[in-house]
Amino acid sequence: MKKLKKLLALALALTTVFAFAGCQNEAVENNAGGEEAPAADFKVGVIHIGDPADGSGYSFAHDQGIVAMQAELGLEDSQIVRKNNIADGDAVASRTAIEECIEEGCKIIFGTSWGYMDTMEELAAEYPDVIFSHGTGYKSNDTNFNNYFGRIYQARYLAGIAAGMKTQSNKIGYVAAMGSENSEVTGGVNAFAMGIKSVNPDAVVYVKVTNSWFDPTAEQQAAEALLSMGCDVIGQHCDTTAPQLAAEAKGVWGCGYNSDMTKDAPKAHLTAPIWNWGVYYTKATKAAMEGTWKAENYFGGMDDGLVDISPLSENCAEGTQEAIDAVREKIKSGEFKVFQDEIKDNKGNIVCKAGEVISDADITGNMTWYFENIEVK
Amino acid sequence: MMRFIDFLYAAIKAGTPLLFGTTGEIITEKTGNLNLGVEGMMYMGAFAGFFVGYHTSNLALALIAAFVIGAFGALIYAFLTVTLRANQTVTGLALTIFGTGFANFFGQLMIKHAPNGTPKLSETFMDAVSAKGIPLLSSIPYVGKLLFSHNVLVYIAIIVAIICGIYLKYTRAGLNMRSVGENPAAADAAGLNITFIKYFNITLGGGICGLGGAYISLINGGGVWNNGCVNGQGWIAVALVIFASWSPVKALFGSLVFGATTVLQYYVPKDIIEIPNAFYVMLPFVITAIVLVITSIKQTKEGAQPLGCSNNYFREER
Repeated sequence: MKKLKKLLALALALTTVFAFAGCQNEAVENNAGGEEAPAADFKVGVIHIGDPADGSGYSFAHDQGIVAMQAELGLEDSQIVRKNNIADGDAVASRTAIEECIEEGCKIIFGTSWGYMDTMEELAAEYPDVIFSHGTGYKSNDTNFNNYFGRIYQARYLAGIAAGMKTQSNKIGYVAAMGSENSEVTGGVNAFAMGIKSVNPDAVVYVKVTNSWFDPTAEQQAAEALLSMGCDVIGQHCDTTAPQLAAEAKGVWGCGYNSDMTKDAPKAHLTAPIWNWGVYYTKATKAAMEGTWKAENYFGGMDDGLVDISPLSENCAEGTQEAIDAVREKIKSGEFKVFQDEIKDNKGNIVCKAGEVISDADITGNMTWYFENIEVK
Repeated sequence: MMRFIDFLYAAIKAGTPLLFGTTGEIITEKTGNLNLGVEGMMYMGAFAGFFVGYHTSNLALALIAAFVIGAFGALIYAFLTVTLRANQTVTGLALTIFGTGFANFFGQLMIKHAPNGTPKLSETFMDAVSAKGIPLLSSIPYVGKLLFSHNVLVYIAIIVAIICGIYLKYTRAGLNMRSVGENPAAADAAGLNITFIKYFNITLGGGICGLGGAYISLINGGGVWNNGCVNGQGWIAVALVIFASWSPVKALFGSLVFGATTVLQYYVPKDIIEIPNAFYVMLPFVITAIVLVITSIKQTKEGAQPLGCSNNYFREER
């Protein structure tokens, strides 16, 4: 009996060895496959932090972009390799997911969340024939690793206009995933507050931080705290619809994020800043297929169509559409850059002088002050 | 003052799912089984409660479904640990993983088949679970808002905890199940049906955990299903069992404290008191650690883990 067990163990061990060897060969072959992959077996890898099938929110928005790209370029379903629910704080899980994409033959891999950045940088050095494209971060190299992001603050400014025109209590709440030390969030809430101030100089913005990108319970709690302070419009930079639903339950309004949350909270939602990631995914994948891809960072805005706001719902105040359209034109033409001319923070410091413009790099990577009408209470 | 009342109100709301989970786990542990599957059973209850509520718009049916599926999860656990005598810790962890996957898998399907990809509870249902003032009582200043203006599940949680407290302490069945938890061999010798008592209490505890999950999906989500909604609250409930020193009535207080710590950061006037956010995140766990130290200094038999907990009972090994 014992002998049989030993034999079985040996057989299993051997199988494992061969299985792994098999993977190795495949990976090498794929890598050696070369630069000009024919369209029919060109594979695209996508690493999602959540599940795109959630129907709204961050991963859904990215995946809509992938779907748009797939339709545009006529790729088969089998040519898209999705890895869902990959925790971006978990370097081992991120690495495994990306390596699985490589083994399956992906030639370009999109990492959609901040935390994949360092892992992708390491893997870009290990797999020089695969293109690594990382969203929301700042790292890149000269050969096969770039980053992509966009001027979502332009859309947030427009959403701020809708919020500022709607509020009656002149108190607007904002559920932020991260505190003022995270400049992606801070730049967004500043733009939102500036949009509010442009139409409603008396309104103040209260910010509550959940410390998590995804936590429906915490997001509802933060929104309810804001509502109890008298806020009647709730903006958000976090992943779930909970803040909008909290506003709806209270009979007031809100601005969502990432996807058109009018379908989730039809009685409360005004408009949401949204991403059209397909603009970039199509461009990058096409370039990779044609072999013209270059390791340049991509930073798109409203003029490219990468960012915009969702169609205004009927909850919006009268005249909102006209006010927003006028500003949108100015942003598209480059005449108005949001973070320009004299800007004061909420401690009274001048953070941008008259006639100057804050660079995109500073907005997404170096902004830790709050705009003058924002109060942390 | 109003802000403080708002804070306590939010704390009660945040503590309610924890109270369900803790009460359920106390019942389970008191009968001698450490079930680490609270998170999983809450997930199962969250899904079943939402699914039934979504399709029937009936709160009572939704709660029954959540209870039944939570009990079903616990029944799997009971079969594995009581009948097959599998390791309790490992089985509980497996149940957590199973329950999480179960809820997210079927949640995904529900999203797929919902119009616009948004499974949303009907307005009549949302009205049934919305916070409502009890007539007259809720108009008392401050106290009215704090104690008599909650959604119906808050009151159910409190009543369940109190009934469980009475059951454990003052009924014969409670005495029997505690003796099984402390010393199954002695209970067996006294002629108690160990298998039945364990099965009954484990499934009862699981059902109560399932209600906690339903609270999260029905109330905290605001009426829209979110995958991953329980998000670790089951584990906090497990920690709360220690905090409450295995007493459902103390759990009332413990869940209020834990609820308070989770919402504290939203109600502290930050323009006056400036503390880094990380502090608030760590607070519940620091409190648990402190309570563990205190309870281990003044050990009482009542306030300690049942002696038979996490050991499976083999009659032949007596």
